[in-house]
Amino acid sequence: MSLLELRKLNKHFGGLHVTNAVDLTLEAGEIHCLIGPNGAGKSTLFRLILGEHHPGSGDVLFAGENITALKSFARIRRGLSVKFQVPGVFKGLSVRQNVEIALQSRHRGRELEAEIDRLLVFLGLESEHAQTAGNLSHGQKQWLEIGMAISLKPSLLLLDEPTAGMSPEETHMTGEMVKRLNADGMTVLAIEHDMAFVRQVAQRVTVLHLGQVFAQGSIDEIVADERVAAIYLGQAHA
Amino acid sequence: MSGFVSFFRRLEGPQTVGRGPAFWSLFAVVMMIAVAYPLFSDGYTVGNTVYFFVWVFIALSLCLIWGYGGSLSFGQTAFFGIAGYGYGVLTLNFGSAYGFTLVALVAAVAIAALFAALLGYFMFFGRIAGVFLGIVTLAVTLMLERFMAQTAGPEWHIGSARLNGFNGMSAMPPLTIPWPGEPIVLFADVGLYYFVLGLLVFVYLALRILMNSSFGNVIVAIRENPERAEMLGYDVRKYQLITFVIGAVLAGISGVLYTAWGQYITPSSMGMTAAALPLIWVAVGGRSDLTSTVVGTLVVLAAFQALTIYGSQYALVFMGVLLVLTVLIAPNGLVLGTMNWLGRLAARITQRAG
Repeated sequence: MSLLELRKLNKHFGGLHVTNAVDLTLEAGEIHCLIGPNGAGKSTLFRLILGEHHPGSGDVLFAGENITALKSFARIRRGLSVKFQVPGVFKGLSVRQNVEIALQSRHRGRELEAEIDRLLVFLGLESEHAQTAGNLSHGQKQWLEIGMAISLKPSLLLLDEPTAGMSPEETHMTGEMVKRLNADGMTVLAIEHDMAFVRQVAQRVTVLHLGQVFAQGSIDEIVADERVAAIYLGQAHA
Repeated sequence: MSGFVSFFRRLEGPQTVGRGPAFWSLFAVVMMIAVAYPLFSDGYTVGNTVYFFVWVFIALSLCLIWGYGGSLSFGQTAFFGIAGYGYGVLTLNFGSAYGFTLVALVAAVAIAALFAALLGYFMFFGRIAGVFLGIVTLAVTLMLERFMAQTAGPEWHIGSARLNGFNGMSAMPPLTIPWPGEPIVLFADVGLYYFVLGLLVFVYLALRILMNSSFGNVIVAIRENPERAEMLGYDVRKYQLITFVIGAVLAGISGVLYTAWGQYITPSSMGMTAAALPLIWVAVGGRSDLTSTVVGTLVVLAAFQALTIYGSQYALVFMGVLLVLTVLIAPNGLVLGTMNWLGRLAARITQRAG
């Protein structure tokens, strides 16, 4: 069964068509990467899925339900979760509090404390738990936000450039973590420019260009596609 | 039982400064001094102290909405005025027998809360935020001031209560507690002092518990990053509205107590100066903490009064200078900055001793 289905999604700001009749289907259990040049409409597509933007026309279906009219928080409660492009942590609060705020709607009391500790260990942030989140390194902030996003136990996790600003080792570790989450049953949709990461995790790749689905297939098919090389991947090697 | 314990454990937490035996011992000492104080003072001075206490509630309302919630409301005085006038209208019509003044207190505060719920609904569900929230709330309080100021004619009355325009309403009965034999009338001295002190301590402790609860967590999360809070599944607008209404209740308590204290209320209590002053108390004290808000408000009020007595026209200028200095030197508040500095100093001393 498809977990997420986008039907003819249109979004324009004035005369600019940011997404133009986008059709995209995500199967439950897959890791799907969204690539494409800057301005292709990738982040806008995320915002449409999350309900931060509302489409001019078209529908968003999640687990068979039409969620186009739902507010963001209601979509999250149905099993969506997101890590933003710019790390969206609560900068003025401690790392521990950040994690607590993410976990407190699912757990209470002693169980909550145990879950917080477990997530901090999982993220490798246990010794930074009392630090103000704004003082973490860029990579640590990324991890903290990924941790908060996955603590909701979503059925679909949206990752907007999860490895931006990470070293190759950190990128690889993040990739392994995404694969582990996927093995536990989480469906993942990731926007990513780092082709090593895409190659490491993606089972299917969609190329977005000028607000439209330009190509779709396995990573090998996409890399072999000369049209894709012309608009996007070729630039990296030029 | 464990629920009971964990409820009171929330008196301490990441959202409030002050924890451990040292803090609570100090709290107990301050309480003892506060309770014993009327025994060593005269009725007039005690009544004047009550006046200071009265304003702390509206300061706490701003601390909650602005300091913790991150939404600057410039119009808390609107709820102050509505509750104050509400108390006046109710008690002038129905008197003070059978403990009615206490009913009027609750009813007047409830009217302010209802008004806040309505106003807040349109603001937060209309996604008005940031500076626009300040502009709308300020406009509301100034509008109410203007409206009440033109109610001088005899046609402006509610029941037997004349609104009296710019001169305001007066001669409403003070708070009265029904008592077998003779009811206890809380005139603006020792009686009202203990009543307001009790209410203040209750509100302060209740807010500590609230802010360290999961509700408080969401409120500060919204201040830090509303988008992230929403994307963790929280209905941000609902939390903002609830906070706004709680704030209106606190401002309303100030309004009723002020009216009962002086037995008068005027439109200028909702005017520009009145609206700006609580912002200064809270900013100078430290808006993001309850304790520093209480301490800051009391200190600034006492200083302001002393200045008004000795250098009348310069008092307001001094308040402006104080605000500018706070913003430049300690943007998080002078009292909060001092408290954090003392905390670090104490930690260093214990570390060296250990």
